[in-house]
Amino acid sequence: MMLRRMQYEFMKNAGGTFLTGLQRYQAFKKRGKRGARPPFGPPLESVERLKEIMTRYYFTGRYADGAVPVAWVTSGFPSEALVALGYHLVYPENHAALCGARRKGGKMCGAAEEFGYPRDICSYVRTDLGSLLSKKTPVGRLPKPDLLCCCTNICQTVLYWYRALAKHLDVPLVIIDTPFIYGEAPTHHLEYVRGQLDQFIEVAERIGGKKLSPEHFVDTVKKAQRASSLWGECLATGKAKPSPWSAIDSFFHIAPVVTIRGSDECVDYYQMLLNELTERARKGVGAIDNERHRLLWDNLPIWFLVRDLALATAERGFQFVCATYSNAWAEAGSQIDPSTPLDSTARTYTSVYLNRDLDNRTRSLIQLARDFDADGAVLHSDRSCKPYSVGQVDVRNRLMEEEGIRAMLLEADHNDERSFSKEQALTRLQAFMEAFDE
Amino acid sequence: MSNAASIGIDIGSTSWKGCVVDSKGRVMASRIQESDPRIKEQTARLLAELMADTGASSQVPVIATGYGRKQVEATRQVTEITCHTKGCFHQTGKPGVLIDIGGQDTKVIHIGPKGSVLDFQMNDKCAAGTGRFLEVILQRLRIPLDQVGQHISSKGEGVKVSSTCTVFAESEVVSLVAQGARVEAIARGVLEALAARVSSLAGKVPEQLPLFMSGGVALNPAMVAILAEALGRPITVLDNPQLVGAHGAALSGGG
Ligand code: SF4
Repeated sequence: MMLRRMQYEFMKNAGGTFLTGLQRYQAFKKRGKRGARPPFGPPLESVERLKEIMTRYYFTGRYADGAVPVAWVTSGFPSEALVALGYHLVYPENHAALCGARRKGGKMCGAAEEFGYPRDICSYVRTDLGSLLSKKTPVGRLPKPDLLCCCTNICQTVLYWYRALAKHLDVPLVIIDTPFIYGEAPTHHLEYVRGQLDQFIEVAERIGGKKLSPEHFVDTVKKAQRASSLWGECLATGKAKPSPWSAIDSFFHIAPVVTIRGSDECVDYYQMLLNELTERARKGVGAIDNERHRLLWDNLPIWFLVRDLALATAERGFQFVCATYSNAWAEAGSQIDPSTPLDSTARTYTSVYLNRDLDNRTRSLIQLARDFDADGAVLHSDRSCKPYSVGQVDVRNRLMEEEGIRAMLLEADHNDERSFSKEQALTRLQAFMEAFDE
Repeated sequence: MSNAASIGIDIGSTSWKGCVVDSKGRVMASRIQESDPRIKEQTARLLAELMADTGASSQVPVIATGYGRKQVEATRQVTEITCHTKGCFHQTGKPGVLIDIGGQDTKVIHIGPKGSVLDFQMNDKCAAGTGRFLEVILQRLRIPLDQVGQHISSKGEGVKVSSTCTVFAESEVVSLVAQGARVEAIARGVLEALAARVSSLAGKVPEQLPLFMSGGVALNPAMVAILAEALGRPITVLDNPQLVGAHGAALSGGG
């Protein structure tokens, strides 16, 4: 235990940096120095820091079990208390996205299917269970959890996913059930969630072997709130013309606010990113050279396609300037009020984007398009993520009819490239873009 | 000096189409051939023929469309949706809804008053409701595609073929044959199933807009008639329907 703890701390502080530095150097040697390459503007410098943070996060994770309590949590779980209790957190969705971005999604989904998980289940679930059951992951190793934490504010799928995890891993599972919200959340819903938060903290304390210190908790909540607000400010720099970064960049830079929110490192990172973006916007440096049209992205990224998408759009002077996916993280976290940490946590996590009715969501999507002056929208109809995709036809019609914004549905899957035909999707996208210039 | 202004080529899954236009957009020469899997060779050969026919020099821009458009060297490549729209508008000069049933996909394009794409629907997921579907099933019935009109029973006499999935429909047809259904009745059923699929793609076509049709399947009067029945409106088949995409590609030469 002591030794394990020392290894963990070493990785967290010195070792991680050393190793990621090494990895960076090797990558650098392979590729040579990358400057601006048309049609893209100069790359963001913060990317290097991002890689360092995320590599260290996964490296540290390898030594976490046995050293500190470990929890696996859904992306929408109110994780601040766990951070304050010293848990190392693993976000299976983030891990699955990482597999997807490395184009390993389909293979891992296939592995889960071999164990009998049907193809209709979300590809995050299949990627992750496939990775667990086949014992393969690009991050080397994920630490075994002591606790599984699932919040149903993003979908009901996570409930079954975490139950399967609990069975495979034989560890306790905490569920926070957040009733779906139509309009405003009624008080009794919030009380219901608040009650579950209290129970969850008790369990987390027992398993972590430590009492939650109120000061430490408030401090963590403050940092999480700060990181989310900074994230929102980073996104807002995209309103500049040309936009200093693209929504596709934001899909990667979102990782810290998902995985390490509540830490100083997270806050520092977004402060650094914000400084860079503000400076770029001031100097008029764009993410692409020739921004002629500004697009909104809806739904999860298509992880295995992001590069092709970035290139196909940039080549024609189209730029994704905002995304409901990235925005959801700014919208939610920034509403936490550290003076009423538990009540505001209950409210915030119950009112996340995916837990609100379609009309509400459509309004916030339209507002986003207006704020960022988007003249087009690509709505990714995600075969895997039904809660996000349902209603997109209505959203599309409203965008076109009420806002005069051209919109298209792009049918794909966020992680399983086997359910996708690249040529056809890119042809549709190309036809969509051609119509802007006729 | 040649009058050739640009060349459009449309490399589809079943056929290769190409044409040369003059500065007014009029077709000077054209070629339509079955697709060869060696796309590059076929394209080089047919381009050379088109250039020889019209005296077009190598300076004349070549615009490629169709699923094979990225395989060949061209001045520009433009999607079929834009090209079919341009080709259609050049002929009709008015807004409307264009149905293009190609070998591999089916498109329904809403063309605006100035000839731009207002919206489009596309079935590109599978062979259901495409020319390929028709080809496979009719082959089963030993009916040549271009003679299907002589081999179908009249309205109201068709048997119901419920599936437009090429695989399921094929086995459905096999069992209908085994049950002793008339080939002509099955053929009508197949065409009706396809028409239903396409009209569901077309959704609610605004009443006042005329319907146009392009693509190889438009050469089949029986299919057009059944589709018109399904949509409850007459359909105008464009001149040289197979060439509309290539023509539209050539017309994109200026931009
Ligand atoms: S269904 Fe959607 S919200 Fe649920 S886990 Fe999958 S991607 Fe996430």
